[in-house]
Amino acid sequence: MAAADGLAFHEFEEATNLLAETPDAATTSKSDQLTPQGHVVVAVGSGGSYGVEEEVEEEGDKTALLQEEKPQPGFWTFSYYQSFFDVDTSQVLDRIKGSLLPRPGYNFVRHHLRNRPDLYATETRHIHLPWEHWARDLDCNLLTGPFWICATLAFVLAVTGNLTLVLAQRRDPSVHYSPQFHKVTVAGITIYCYAWLVPLALWGFLRWRKGVRERVGPYTFLETVCIYGYSLFIFIPTVVLWLIPVPWLQWLFGALALALSAAGLVFTLWPVVREDTRLVAAVLLSAVVVLHALLAMGCKLYFFQPLPPEHVVPPSKATALPPNILLTPTMSRSMATS
Amino acid sequence: MAEAAESPGDPGTASPRPLFAGLSDISISQDIPIEGEITIPVRSRIRESDSSTLNESVRNTIMRDLKAVGKKFMHVLYPRKSNTLLRDWDLWGPLILCVTLALMLQRGSVDGEKDGGPQFAEVFVIVWFGAVTITLNSKLLGGNISFFQSLCVLGYCILPLTVAMLVCRLVLLAEPGPVNFMVRLFVVIVMFVWSIVASTAFLADSQPPNRKALAVYPVFLFYFVISWMILTFTPQ
Repeated sequence: MAAADGLAFHEFEEATNLLAETPDAATTSKSDQLTPQGHVVVAVGSGGSYGVEEEVEEEGDKTALLQEEKPQPGFWTFSYYQSFFDVDTSQVLDRIKGSLLPRPGYNFVRHHLRNRPDLYATETRHIHLPWEHWARDLDCNLLTGPFWICATLAFVLAVTGNLTLVLAQRRDPSVHYSPQFHKVTVAGITIYCYAWLVPLALWGFLRWRKGVRERVGPYTFLETVCIYGYSLFIFIPTVVLWLIPVPWLQWLFGALALALSAAGLVFTLWPVVREDTRLVAAVLLSAVVVLHALLAMGCKLYFFQPLPPEHVVPPSKATALPPNILLTPTMSRSMATS
Repeated sequence: MAEAAESPGDPGTASPRPLFAGLSDISISQDIPIEGEITIPVRSRIRESDSSTLNESVRNTIMRDLKAVGKKFMHVLYPRKSNTLLRDWDLWGPLILCVTLALMLQRGSVDGEKDGGPQFAEVFVIVWFGAVTITLNSKLLGGNISFFQSLCVLGYCILPLTVAMLVCRLVLLAEPGPVNFMVRLFVVIVMFVWSIVASTAFLADSQPPNRKALAVYPVFLFYFVISWMILTFTPQ
């Protein structure tokens, strides 16, 4: 980045000027003068261009001066929203793959969403994230991924739920088949509320606790939405695999998908939550995992019940019997809300 | 003015004079009235046709619009790279197709509300809001197609699926069975592929190559949902 190079040159130029003016001054005074930006110099030496890129962001108001930017479009213009969709197919596929295979220390947000090549070093630096600076939001330029993942998941849920009913009718002709279009509406509302309201709550909570942390700032709202959106991707193949009418296999796939996506969420949130008190961190992470598990179980129970609740279940249908007992409160609750 | 015009045209003029150098020497003693008619052939033709569409019979107006819609239907059924759909867009065709589809897909009101196919409003909302969302998506990704052109293309490319709906309705009049289902499945799949091919023939060119898949996938999802609604339709 040209601005980062300009910063580096500016530093050296100033240093050489100072040296030229006061050739006999002690070196300590110069390093004192450079201390406010001392970590910048350190970063230039150690991290190469990546380090400079990271450090430029640290100084909030200086970033605006040093990077020459085009003026940010206002939120009422179309190009503001266009900046959130500035992503290529390969980038989206990359991010999907990154969400499928979570690894500890592999911070999804920092690696993919902010285009930062190195990861471990970010945790040790003194980072102030400039929240008032809207350029931060431009880094999460992938609303297209989460939106279409949620849409796909909602429709796949409805379609496979319907297919389960068809297959059940094949096996047992007494089952009454109907297209059940209302499930599409329920699926859509549930998935979209989950993918937007839960990140909103999480983001609000993290900002509220921002005062406790000094080192790592929280994520923006859009980055949280992106994290949740991409973490829901693993459920799409899982839902398709739930067509197989073997119950223990269904629970196994569900547990696997839940483990993968909850692990991805936890690993992404861990560096932000780490500096908080243990209690808050534990409560937050367990709340995230529990909500995710509730979503997975709710989907499984609501969309993949082969028998409608008003039919009396014969005892031979052992697979359907236990979930059916749980089903009636679920169905009544969802009917009340839909 | 004549003197100034012909002075640069003099052959053998040693020094080139500025073009209207003699203009300042002209003095006009009185106002010269200028009158006459400026006729531009093209404009007069348009003026004629404007007044004639206002005065023509209703039948002519309807037939002209119907012919435009029919021509676009032909373009969809035989998709070639032509600009007609994009250049003269109109939303009559999509409206006719959407209303037809929704009328045929809606369930009877007598049965229970919870089970059954979509209501008229649900189909309408899915088609129109789906088309608007896809258009917004492709515009946000930087496509150079206008909003209504994209709506027009997406709406017209529902035509194969509407034909599939008609065929399915006819097939369902026969006795139900696996053969019935296979025929319907085959017809819906063929029409679904036709819709996708027709719409990508128009829409894919408007996106930069590294984003084509991102713009085409929502179109695929949209037609897949409509095909699903057609396939699972059961008459009450």
